[in-house]
Amino acid sequence: MNRFDYTRPASVAEAVQAGTGEQVRYLAGGTNLIDLMKENVDQPTTVIDINRLPLNAIEELDGGGLRLGALVPNSDTAWDARVEQRYPLLSSAILAGASPQLRNAATNGGNLNQRTRCYYFYDVATPCNKRKPGSGCGAIGGVNRIHAILGASDQCIATHPSDMCVALAVLDAIVQVTGPEGDRAIPIADYHRLPGDEPWRDNTLRPGELVTGIDLPAEDFTKNYTYLKLRDRLSYAFALVSIAVAMRIEGSTIAEARVALGGVAHKPWRSTEAEKLLKGQQPSPQTFSAFADALLAGAVGQCKNDFKIPLARKGIVRALKQAAEATPQSQTDKRIA
Amino acid sequence: MSIAVNSATYAAMPIGRVPTKLTINGETRTRAIEPWTTLLDLLREGEDLIGTKKGCDHGQCGACTVLVDGRRINSCLKLAVTLDGADITTIEGLGQPGKLHPLQSAFCDHDAFQCGYCTPGQICSAQGLINEGKARTREEVRELMSGNLCRCGAYTNIIDAVLDVIGEQV
Amino acid sequence: MATAAKIGIGSAINRVDGVEKVTGSARYAGEHPVENLLYGYIVEAAIAKGRVLSVDEDAARAVPGVVEVITHLNRPHVAWTDHSYQDEMKIPGSPFRPLYDDRIQFSQQPIALVLAETFEAARYAASLIEIAYETEAHNTDFDVALDEKYVPKKKRSGYVPPKDRGDAAQAFADAPLKVAGDYRLAPEHHNPMEMFGSTVEWHGDGSITVWDKTQGSQGVHAYLASVFGFSKKKLRVLNPYVGGAFGSGLRPQHQVFLAVLAAKMLERSVRVTMTRQQMFSHAYRPQAVQSIALGADRTGKLTAIRNAATTSTSRYEDNMENVVTWGLMNYDCPNADAEYTVAQIDTPTSADMRAPGAATGMTLFEIAIDEMAYAAKVDPLEFRLINYSPIDAMNGTPYTSKALREAFREGAEAFKWSERSAEPRSMREGSELIGWGCATGMWDAQFSKTSASAKLTANGHLEVACATSDIGTGSYTVMTLVAADTLGLPPEQITAKLGDSDLPTAPVEGGSWGAASSGAAVQLACQAVGKKLLKAAGKIAGEPLGGAKIEDVLFEDGCIVLKDTPTVRVPFGDAMRAADLTEIEEEATAAPGFGDMWKGLHKSKNTHSAIFAEVRVDEELGVVRVTRIVDAVAAGRIINPKTARSQILGGVVMGIGMALHEETFSDHRLGRWMNHNFGEYHVPVHADIHDIQVIFVDEPDPEVTPLGVKGLGEIGIVGTAAAIANAIYHATGKRVRSLPITIDKILE
Ligand SMILES: Cc1cc2nc3c(=O)[nH]c(=O)nc-3n(C[C@H](O)[C@H](O)[C@H](O)COP(=O)(O)OP(=O)(O)OC[C@H]3O[C@@H](n4cnc5c(N)ncnc54)[C@H](O)[C@@H]3O)c2cc1C
Ligand code: SF4
Ligand code: FES
Ligand code: FES
Repeated sequence: MNRFDYTRPASVAEAVQAGTGEQVRYLAGGTNLIDLMKENVDQPTTVIDINRLPLNAIEELDGGGLRLGALVPNSDTAWDARVEQRYPLLSSAILAGASPQLRNAATNGGNLNQRTRCYYFYDVATPCNKRKPGSGCGAIGGVNRIHAILGASDQCIATHPSDMCVALAVLDAIVQVTGPEGDRAIPIADYHRLPGDEPWRDNTLRPGELVTGIDLPAEDFTKNYTYLKLRDRLSYAFALVSIAVAMRIEGSTIAEARVALGGVAHKPWRSTEAEKLLKGQQPSPQTFSAFADALLAGAVGQCKNDFKIPLARKGIVRALKQAAEATPQSQTDKRIA
Repeated sequence: MSIAVNSATYAAMPIGRVPTKLTINGETRTRAIEPWTTLLDLLREGEDLIGTKKGCDHGQCGACTVLVDGRRINSCLKLAVTLDGADITTIEGLGQPGKLHPLQSAFCDHDAFQCGYCTPGQICSAQGLINEGKARTREEVRELMSGNLCRCGAYTNIIDAVLDVIGEQV
Repeated sequence: MATAAKIGIGSAINRVDGVEKVTGSARYAGEHPVENLLYGYIVEAAIAKGRVLSVDEDAARAVPGVVEVITHLNRPHVAWTDHSYQDEMKIPGSPFRPLYDDRIQFSQQPIALVLAETFEAARYAASLIEIAYETEAHNTDFDVALDEKYVPKKKRSGYVPPKDRGDAAQAFADAPLKVAGDYRLAPEHHNPMEMFGSTVEWHGDGSITVWDKTQGSQGVHAYLASVFGFSKKKLRVLNPYVGGAFGSGLRPQHQVFLAVLAAKMLERSVRVTMTRQQMFSHAYRPQAVQSIALGADRTGKLTAIRNAATTSTSRYEDNMENVVTWGLMNYDCPNADAEYTVAQIDTPTSADMRAPGAATGMTLFEIAIDEMAYAAKVDPLEFRLINYSPIDAMNGTPYTSKALREAFREGAEAFKWSERSAEPRSMREGSELIGWGCATGMWDAQFSKTSASAKLTANGHLEVACATSDIGTGSYTVMTLVAADTLGLPPEQITAKLGDSDLPTAPVEGGSWGAASSGAAVQLACQAVGKKLLKAAGKIAGEPLGGAKIEDVLFEDGCIVLKDTPTVRVPFGDAMRAADLTEIEEEATAAPGFGDMWKGLHKSKNTHSAIFAEVRVDEELGVVRVTRIVDAVAAGRIINPKTARSQILGGVVMGIGMALHEETFSDHRLGRWMNHNFGEYHVPVHADIHDIQVIFVDEPDPEVTPLGVKGLGEIGIVGTAAAIANAIYHATGKRVRSLPITIDKILE
């Protein structure tokens, strides 16, 4: 871990003021930043400890939504009674991730901004365009079991590892940020980006911008939802593929369905176009399969991760079934409903 | 190396170190700490509280679990300076030889360890789990203890021990 | 006088070192407080093969607190013959020498050590070191290396060459039922929870004390003495607590070399601890491929076994394991042949990992056996009984004992195997297919020459000591129980000391021989103390014991008691006082062949187990849950059922990891392990481990070792992964022949 200046601002304004500069990092829970700094993957010259900022509350929004403060720990978010009741999908997704200890330290803002778990990104002895632009992508043609099948580029095939963000994508969350140029509200769909030819850019946050909160619009997805996470062991492992589904069923037809995938791309993967295939349909394996094919259109494997394509296809169908039948996946009982 | 700290309290601190007040196992200690020191390294190397173990240094094993203000976290990923004012409980603070914490006794009785290296982390984690109050069934305890690896494979005995203590408290 | 139930061999007591462990007061190697300590941080090679051209250390040296950067260029003199580096494990070849010259033999090889006043300064400075390399072509791909597999000329000690019988090729060709295939095991890393670390205390008079993470303090002692030229008296190596090792600590690891090197060069105390990533820079379980061909007649009687295996080793040493012998020993079959070869890749030398050879060879073999049972349409358990061999079928020798049949019976009963429906895919609940599988486990019952001492003081306190290690195996408790049993003292009055090179000689702790060997030595030493006590009692006025011989007395509650007249009791203290003794100290050595062991001289000595597994498979999504394991173990006499059970649980859990999770991935272009951390090298977590039942089958065996103990450290893992793989087949009808069985393999 390199040497850095440490500051601990008391207000958001102070933080943002200190936050400009190339190698400046905000430090929240530290579960990702400190990890990366120990590996010399990230070497900030200034670390701004934002933990004392007043961004640690969950508040009601006008119109029935909730604002999740950027510094609210993941566990407090998942176990907040309002979140549990109104956004059980989000609770479930958060509880599917990391470990209780990590969720206690990890914050909502940090979770959004956590970086990929690509083996090469983490190992400074290997090439990686994301870590060291122009050094090449080690994962292409290498060990890429955990890598992307959708939206990758010839420069980077990394995935975004978050579980929480997959649920946020389905819930049409809005990321509230503030920065040198003032406040912005970024729809979650536009927050993370695909690697393209700038793989070092994970998201659309501008230099110095600070996430202050995440807004959850008022939605009623409390019955027909699920978060299904498929991974290499039954807990404490990142998703190979995960599927978040929120659905509204009226009578016997699907009035609305939203689906996002985790572990398959540089951002939570969602297609509102494909979701139209579900709208107005009866829940059925055929409908679900057709949708899965549409959502996975263009999926390509990188050899070691080829299996993710059929896994995602089957996972989508199963998750849709879970949501339609109102039998959401339990995160403790590992039997898949 | 210069350090910018906005609060007036820290205006006079020595260069490179941040005065930090930590209550560790009930005892308040003020230390001038380099910002890059983790809570884990501070405990082990600075305070000789070696009961908190380092199994990976990257949040991947749970051996370093301690309680900060009653909540379990991985001390390896926490910079000590960020915890100014916090109340920290390590395994040494839970119980001592001759005055064992119920979890410590239950671990002994269930032979819930072999090499013992993951044990302090398991016990602190279990205390955190009890504080959270979310786990009742065996399945729930298993899931919510999954942040603590045990390479010796004492898992079933650990769960038995934790359930014993949870059962007693219900 | 009424006595409480005697505590001794067979008593399920709590671990005697438990309180230290649960309170965090047990100190492991990197935790011993030493004044004026320097921290060492290892810098590793980024390439797999080549040379170090230059090391730019200026920036590192400029970091405040940095004291030295040691590389091959400035290191002090160290031994230069291969012989000097050869350790107790005696792997033929040219052992790795850290910082010896500019040669790089594997990725992550240590090439520099940064020493600083703080851990943080050393870590930071290490990141600033720039190394220029000259690269050479490397190969880490085992499948490519297989083209050049070979039989090493010089065999590793302990290697048992397979013995062929009959004409297996012909018998296989003629067999009406055949199974043949390649079975594979991925490379695995031991990953004990405690990372390798050493604290070296520099005393200033040329002597040092080393706390090392090792499975053998005396092995490290001998290694350091020979490599650095320390006189044996000036060196003490301690390992009172070891945070797991599973074989990775059988050989001295490079951090102890580096720490001592630095201490010697800088004349200061030094601590070097590896990072978790660096835990992938040394020992690992070899990758393996085993070609198995089985022939049987239509009744399910085996007629041919052909078993050929290759495991990976390094370019510089020939690590060999006993992979192919197990199936040949265990099954009654007139025709069998086997062949074992190794193949070199540019990694560190592979190493013994929990049940080396058997965990690989017996496990893969047991998958093939299962296939044959299905081919013959015979219940897999029945198939094993049909082909049961009461004798060692490879060597034609009887066993000192083999209660495998009983293990199968008791295990099957506990598991309710009889309720199994035979057809694959025939058991289902909701979205999950249920499968039940079984397998046989097998390991050697070993015994190694070991010494121990026992010291009784007049206040009734007994100290037993032996240089063995407790790596989680329960040695402290075993020694205490044996002593309690022999001299009739309560465990609270006994202290067991171990993990110190100054103590009576013991071999490195491994191969499951620890309990049998150190237990026997402790028993002998205590018996010697008992004899002295009896002699001392003779000095008591009036000779209350009436000149009784040692056969006439027993030791109970701190008294010598006449067997025939139990009311006649002489407290130890009285006897010692009468003879004017303040303490009695005896040392004894247990060597193979004494006691009843001579009767077993020409017999085979093995532990056996019958493992039953239930899996629930979500076939569509490839998710496997191991919901139930029953492991019935025949391992002779059990000293402490409580810690013994834990040993088996641990082996089973690692077997579940072998079945479903553990695999180190290499990027062959870089020649580097890529998932070198605990996040991406998956071992089972709590959520993966459900119900595990351990049964110890009654198996008295006075011939195997003096205490009748066979050892338990390894048997739990052997075959477990096979039982799971076989259960997955039963559940899904899908046969996976390569471990681990990850999601992708089920989906295939
Ligand atoms: C072993 C392990 C397993 C894990 N498993 C999972 C898993 O299964 N699923 C999962 O979803 N996650 C998992 N995680 C990741 C974990 O969820 C993230 O590390 C965590 O959410 C990050 O939050 P933090 O507050 O600790 O962020 P930090 O580490 O403090 O910050 C992370 C990044 O975000 C930036 N940042 C933080 N807050 C803000 C803000 N308010 N505004 C702008 N930038 C900010 C930081 O500068 C930094 O670059 C795992 C982590 C570990 C170590
Ligand atoms: S996939 Fe992206 S993060 Fe991984 S090596 Fe390639 S460029 Fe780096
Ligand atoms: S040492 Fe902190 S989680 Fe492993
Ligand atoms: S007891 Fe050894 S790792 Fe858990």
